[in-house]
Amino acid sequence: MIRSATGPLALRGGGTRGPRVDGEILDLSGLSGISLYEPGALTVVAGAGTPLSEIEQTLAAQGQRLPFEPPDIQALLGRQGASTIGGVAAANASGPRRVQARAARDSLIGLKCVDGRGVAIKSGGRVMKNVTGLDLVKLMSGAHGTLGVLTEVAFKLLPQPETSAGLCLHGLTNTQAVSAMSAALGSPYEISGAAHLPAEKQTYVRIEGFARSVAYRLDRLKSLLAMHAAEITVADQPVERWKAIRDVAPLAGQGGDLWRLSVQPSTAPTLLAGMPDDAKVLLDWGGGLIWALIPEGCNLRARLGPISGHATLMRSASSLPVFSPEPAPIAALSAALRAKFDPKAIFNRGIMG
Amino acid sequence: MDMPLVNRRILNSRPAILDALAAVLSEGVLITNTVELKAYECDGLSAYRCPPMAVTLPRTTAEVAAILKVCHSMGVPVVPRGAGTSLAGGALPTADCVILGVSRLTRVIEINTADRFIHVETGRTNLSVTGAVESEGFFYAPDPSSQIACAIAGNIAMNSGGAHCLKYGVTTNNLLGVRMVLMDGTELTLGGPFNDSGGLDLMGVICGSEGQLAVVTEAWLRILPKPEGARPVLIGFDSNEVAGACVGDIIKAGVLPVAIEFMDRPAIVACEAFAKAGYPDCAALLIIEVEGSLAEIDDQLARIRDLAGRHAPVAYRESTSEADSARIWLGRKSAFGAMGQMGDYMCLDGTIPVSSLPLVLRRIGEMSDEFGLRVANVFHAGDGNMHPLILFDANKPGDLERCEAFGAAILTLCVEVGGCLTGEHGVGVEKRDLMSVQYNPADLEAQMSVKDVFDPSWLLNPAKVFPLSASAGRRAG
Ligand SMILES: Cc1cc2nc3c(=O)[nH]c(=O)nc-3n(C[C@H](O)[C@H](O)[C@H](O)COP(=O)(O)OP(=O)(O)OC[C@H]3O[C@@H](n4cnc5c(N)ncnc54)[C@H](O)[C@@H]3O)c2cc1C
Repeated sequence: MIRSATGPLALRGGGTRGPRVDGEILDLSGLSGISLYEPGALTVVAGAGTPLSEIEQTLAAQGQRLPFEPPDIQALLGRQGASTIGGVAAANASGPRRVQARAARDSLIGLKCVDGRGVAIKSGGRVMKNVTGLDLVKLMSGAHGTLGVLTEVAFKLLPQPETSAGLCLHGLTNTQAVSAMSAALGSPYEISGAAHLPAEKQTYVRIEGFARSVAYRLDRLKSLLAMHAAEITVADQPVERWKAIRDVAPLAGQGGDLWRLSVQPSTAPTLLAGMPDDAKVLLDWGGGLIWALIPEGCNLRARLGPISGHATLMRSASSLPVFSPEPAPIAALSAALRAKFDPKAIFNRGIMG
Repeated sequence: MDMPLVNRRILNSRPAILDALAAVLSEGVLITNTVELKAYECDGLSAYRCPPMAVTLPRTTAEVAAILKVCHSMGVPVVPRGAGTSLAGGALPTADCVILGVSRLTRVIEINTADRFIHVETGRTNLSVTGAVESEGFFYAPDPSSQIACAIAGNIAMNSGGAHCLKYGVTTNNLLGVRMVLMDGTELTLGGPFNDSGGLDLMGVICGSEGQLAVVTEAWLRILPKPEGARPVLIGFDSNEVAGACVGDIIKAGVLPVAIEFMDRPAIVACEAFAKAGYPDCAALLIIEVEGSLAEIDDQLARIRDLAGRHAPVAYRESTSEADSARIWLGRKSAFGAMGQMGDYMCLDGTIPVSSLPLVLRRIGEMSDEFGLRVANVFHAGDGNMHPLILFDANKPGDLERCEAFGAAILTLCVEVGGCLTGEHGVGVEKRDLMSVQYNPADLEAQMSVKDVFDPSWLLNPAKVFPLSASAGRRAG
């Protein structure tokens, strides 16, 4: 289909997270199924169209999971479908645990794909350590299908922790919240989530691990954070709470343009101060990730000026570019790479430059 | 191992090239005398040597760009170099090249513990990055055994790992941004002190690109808070198979040590003779280190003790003190030194799925007999990254070639069982011609087309990574 294609193709996994593009839909749900799962080697290999839920259930049955906590943002984007593992890889979609376990691209150890000329390519493999040749895995991950159609992906896994628990700090301003989260993330207590809900003035930090250790660390963390907040409680329902943060539930089901900013955490309070007054926001990654709902048509990039980071427009009726414009030499390299891998410019056109 | 023919045109214009370089560089950057050039004739793979045409040791990114511009305009190949500890010949010069060494770029530009990063120039050594943030309670996680000497530049180029990467990942997982210069002199910055890329992850392909795409002069690195504590345990078994099975059980049980190191009998004997670390006399030894709060360490070790107990270990020793921990690690860390005492050796670096461990070790043993060369195995067992050390005698005609053939057979085996040629040392010249064992022509073509984009004239780090036959049409010359 790719080899003979002349017009644009829109790659579709579950249709739950990527930007919407024009073109004939290339549905990848047929490339489904786990082809290899070795719990003792902490690795799983699956067809790109395999539903994320199937992967997660299979891993959970062995007490394992994808390290990076992929979010489910369908409700946020106002869509319906079943996320696929290929879509997670192509979008480099990582949740709150990114502060500890890093991004999807860091767990992606291998892939197979078909480029724009219809040529099948593999990179990486099924082992955790692999520096053989250029790392095309990283290039493809987060390329949103603009360089090739992922057909198979391999991820490294982690064991599920015995317990998950956390604290809630009450009444902090954005500035106070970011410095409290930064103190937590700079502690040795292996924080696996640090988020702030400005509307509720609630700041959450999460610790996962063996029960005894988690109890000890919660206690230590509470003392450490005492100087940052007058009221600290043990967070109730930590699992549900973090699922809501992961899926950006507080911003779901509302109108406006949805922005996602990945920034240097300590700059977040200033950026928030620069947003329109009626912006609705959520901070994750200790302040390094800002989700913002802004009145339609407001060019947030222009409004904030240069930032230490980048801003993606996740959902909008406007014609602003989805991804931050890049400096000329980087844009030139990216365009040249696309011309190599997708010479007919058929894949997911128009979203990435 | 073949290298491409030297380009006579370049050698003949050496005086003009050196003049052009001297004209744009500050005092002392350009090195041209034969005695000093000799210091750059090889890297850690010292079986291959070739003095370069000239060496440059710039002091700024602007000087790096100036050197590249001159070389680009005159069609001169450039070999980037960090500390020269590559074990794959990644920094091996050609006679017609200019070495671009970053050893003078050692500044710390910014330390930011609130945002958990350090911004450094890449000539800085790996260990001194941790040194710069240690007093604030932080460290830089990737810890190659060569960390006293190797530079961040080389770590990024090789995507280096270390004993603790089972938990913390390798260089690419700890790299936030780079400043770099393309072969034509264009300076650019990818990423920075924040997460992920807003566009294509170009930094992701720069890391591990072995100097093929750009010269990296600065880096933003993730730093992490130092753990509360760590404790190793040493467990001996009477067969490789049993030790391998024990590793699988530990991982399956949900324990995640920071390191699981494996040594077989020849390695144990050599290390013990060299370092006197008090290792037991047994067929296979695991050193497992766990980290965290005291409670967590106790919990994890209890689980490990229980799991190991089911495999009838012949020795079990938990560290009881800092000094004891150091002793447990001492033997492992001096493995290369110990081998060096026994003669010349070649260190391999293939990775295999952990489940194939017993099979691969058995096959290596059989091949050792076939090739008539001794081999010792030390490796990172948690992630299947093997380091077979083949002993040979460089003065004995034919021994090096036999050793290389043996090495190639082992690496081919690694690929056959689902693994890869190199887990952390890189391809360099050493594994270049084996690339076609792991990749088919379309895979290689895809990788080479990335080089086409970054370095269209194919002048950066010539004759590395890609099989000479595959790159023949592209290389200048
Ligand atoms: C005793 C010993 C133990 C070792 N242990 C380990 C280990 O545990 N784990 C591990 O991963 N490795 C290990 N190594 C291998 C080696 O130390 C690493 O590959 C290291 O990262 C190389 O760094 P370097 O600065 O010495 O680089 P060099 O050897 O100078 O160069 C390595 C490669 O990087 C390229 N390069 C250098 N600088 C730049 C730059 N500025 N821009 C672009 N490309 C550049 C070079 O062209 C070359 O291809 C070991 C080596 C030795 C000798």
